[in-house]
Amino acid sequence: MNETLVVNGRRQRVSRLTRLLESEKALAAALLAPGVAILVIFIAYPFVMALWYSLTSIRVGEPGEFVGLANFTKAINDTIFQQAFKNTVFYTFWATIFKLALGMWLALLLNRHFRFKRIVRASMLLPFIIPTVLSAFAWRWMFDPTFSVMNWALYHAGVITDRLPFLSDGDWAMWCAVAVNTWRGMPFFAITLLAGLQTISPDLHEAAALDGANAWYRFWHVTWPLLLPVTLVVVVFSVIQTFSDFQLIYVLTGGGPANSTHLIATYAYQIGVGSGLLGEGAALSLFMFPVLFAVVWVQLRTLKRMDNA
Amino acid sequence: MARINRRRFLKASGAAAVGAKMGIAGILASHQAPVFAQANTVHILRWNDFVPAADKVLREVFAPEVQKALGIKLNVETVNANDIPARATSSIQSGNGPDIIMLLNNYPHLYASAAVDVSAIADEVSKAQGGIYDANAQLNRVGGKWVAMPWSVVPVCIAYRKSWFEEVGAKTFPKTWKEYHDVGKKLKAAKRPIGQTLGNTFGDAPTFTYPLLWSYGGQEVDAKGKVVLDSKETLESVRFMTQFWKDAHDEGGLAWDDSNNNRAFLSGDISASANGASIYVAALNGADKFKTEKGAPLHTDIAHSLLPAGPKGQHAYHTAFNHMVMKYSKNAKGAIEFLKWAHKKENYEKWFTVQKGFAVGPTKVWEDHAMWKQDPVMAPFRTAPQAQKRLMGYASQPEKKAAEGWNKFLVTVMYAQACSGKVKPEEAVKWAAGELGKIYTAT
Repeated sequence: MNETLVVNGRRQRVSRLTRLLESEKALAAALLAPGVAILVIFIAYPFVMALWYSLTSIRVGEPGEFVGLANFTKAINDTIFQQAFKNTVFYTFWATIFKLALGMWLALLLNRHFRFKRIVRASMLLPFIIPTVLSAFAWRWMFDPTFSVMNWALYHAGVITDRLPFLSDGDWAMWCAVAVNTWRGMPFFAITLLAGLQTISPDLHEAAALDGANAWYRFWHVTWPLLLPVTLVVVVFSVIQTFSDFQLIYVLTGGGPANSTHLIATYAYQIGVGSGLLGEGAALSLFMFPVLFAVVWVQLRTLKRMDNA
Repeated sequence: MARINRRRFLKASGAAAVGAKMGIAGILASHQAPVFAQANTVHILRWNDFVPAADKVLREVFAPEVQKALGIKLNVETVNANDIPARATSSIQSGNGPDIIMLLNNYPHLYASAAVDVSAIADEVSKAQGGIYDANAQLNRVGGKWVAMPWSVVPVCIAYRKSWFEEVGAKTFPKTWKEYHDVGKKLKAAKRPIGQTLGNTFGDAPTFTYPLLWSYGGQEVDAKGKVVLDSKETLESVRFMTQFWKDAHDEGGLAWDDSNNNRAFLSGDISASANGASIYVAALNGADKFKTEKGAPLHTDIAHSLLPAGPKGQHAYHTAFNHMVMKYSKNAKGAIEFLKWAHKKENYEKWFTVQKGFAVGPTKVWEDHAMWKQDPVMAPFRTAPQAQKRLMGYASQPEKKAAEGWNKFLVTVMYAQACSGKVKPEEAVKWAAGELGKIYTAT
């Protein structure tokens, strides 16, 4: 139904749609609708389904029945899952520490002026750009128990007399996985922190230098506090990605040797997809949720406090 | 030249529609859009065969021939074998995907509810071709019906370097694990260790560890499904393997997948490995590339043997490859027709012969094929499936619970833990038995 409106003395017909769009509430809802639809379809729906699956005995091709928390109880008593959980925490903790330390160091270096700065900055992103599966395959070859180029180089340089067990020893394999994750994730830290560094006024550093602060003091008392909000956001993103990592371990070690590098995601995949136990697989992967929720909650609270300070 | 007007054109095109009796004139006359027969396409998902020539046969020989014979357009898709379960799961859950999925080992038990009954083909092929091997029947029959059709078996034997074994005094391949240990010790001392994967991988690891366990008298469960893995026999086998590993093996094998041993053997880094015949087939096909240290083609120095015997006999586990026609398929009829056609001797033979023995037929008739006379080195593979008396989950059935234990690599990890030196054999056995117990006691 159309109505008439008088504009500059002329009567104009105004459609119901136009009137609707003139309402701020309706326009906001219309603009938000596609985003909300995407969130519901691709995030909320799978999450709710995973939640439902985890409470049932669903198998591939069989709907199963409601089993309450049985899948979670089974997971808690599963020693492979216990190991995978510990591995995930270890992997996330050390990879994040290394990525932060090296990323910060790289960002500080790249914040300086030097020749070919742009080329260096762009090329630094390569590990982040290359698909994880490809780079993990390349690393797997470099760590290969028989044909490792690193063993070959170290042997011919006279550094070692026997091959290093990069992937064939559980502890070594885990540290190798941490190293590859660090290599891959460090550019994300470096570029984001670099962006943060460039928002810090050079005047602050000059003033501190005039007051006699050395490089370390300038970093600790000027750069670090101003970079903290950006750092927190990057760390949280990284923790989420690392904690739920799958591809790298799947390609690099397959969870071996003897399950020593299984992460929650790779083990959930093995159970849910490999063994067809979709309910148990969903329960295993949901163990990531409370941990990641806590991390995000702490980060948001800290950021809020910093804003209020 | 006669002028073509609209009336004449319609008449001519109508006449041209011979057989279909449906030219443009017909369409116009009927006032209906034409109904075309739905394309008879069959989409089959298989692994990337370790013998690439076999995939070529499917694409370049089977596809055109089945199109000609049955009007079926065959769409062959191949992926890494480890990725098939993911594809099968997503296809079954979404009700959309390949019409036929190749499944390894006892996966047909896992996906039985999503399968079309193929008992008619299985019975027909079994009857016509000397019978399907018992082990393969057990892997594909659920509740009295065939839920998948056995396609082939990849027997696992030990490929070894004849000259290197002779140099340490082994004129023939060791008959027992004890003898193999003694020979392996000398080989490793000569920097020619045995290569064996104990990694989380689908093929060479479990096909080695399960027969080892059985040959010492160990077993996962009893006939009633009670877990009996924690036994003195199992412990003895783990203790043996731990020492055998240290004395005779390339210890990098803890991180190997199913292809590492092929590369290590072909490059001369290991002297023996439990494997399908892919090492030998690769050496044969690459005679100019793979040489012995004396410059002779490597394949001339390779021989095969079944796995050695333990105190409780000799055992084998051969990887089974099966085809499941999916219930969600919109062309299950076409898929069944294709399988029937593919299993006909004259058709299957084309695929079978390029395998050169790496994969053998699911029925006994293929043991008598002329191909076996061409290469005596492949002889142990000819009747190898007959040696397979046990399956995962022995002494019970190779059903879902057995599949879960297999897919968690529990038996392999038990050996791997002890061989890594970080866990005592007793603890490794207790751990594996405990985990297996949780699977078998779960409702």
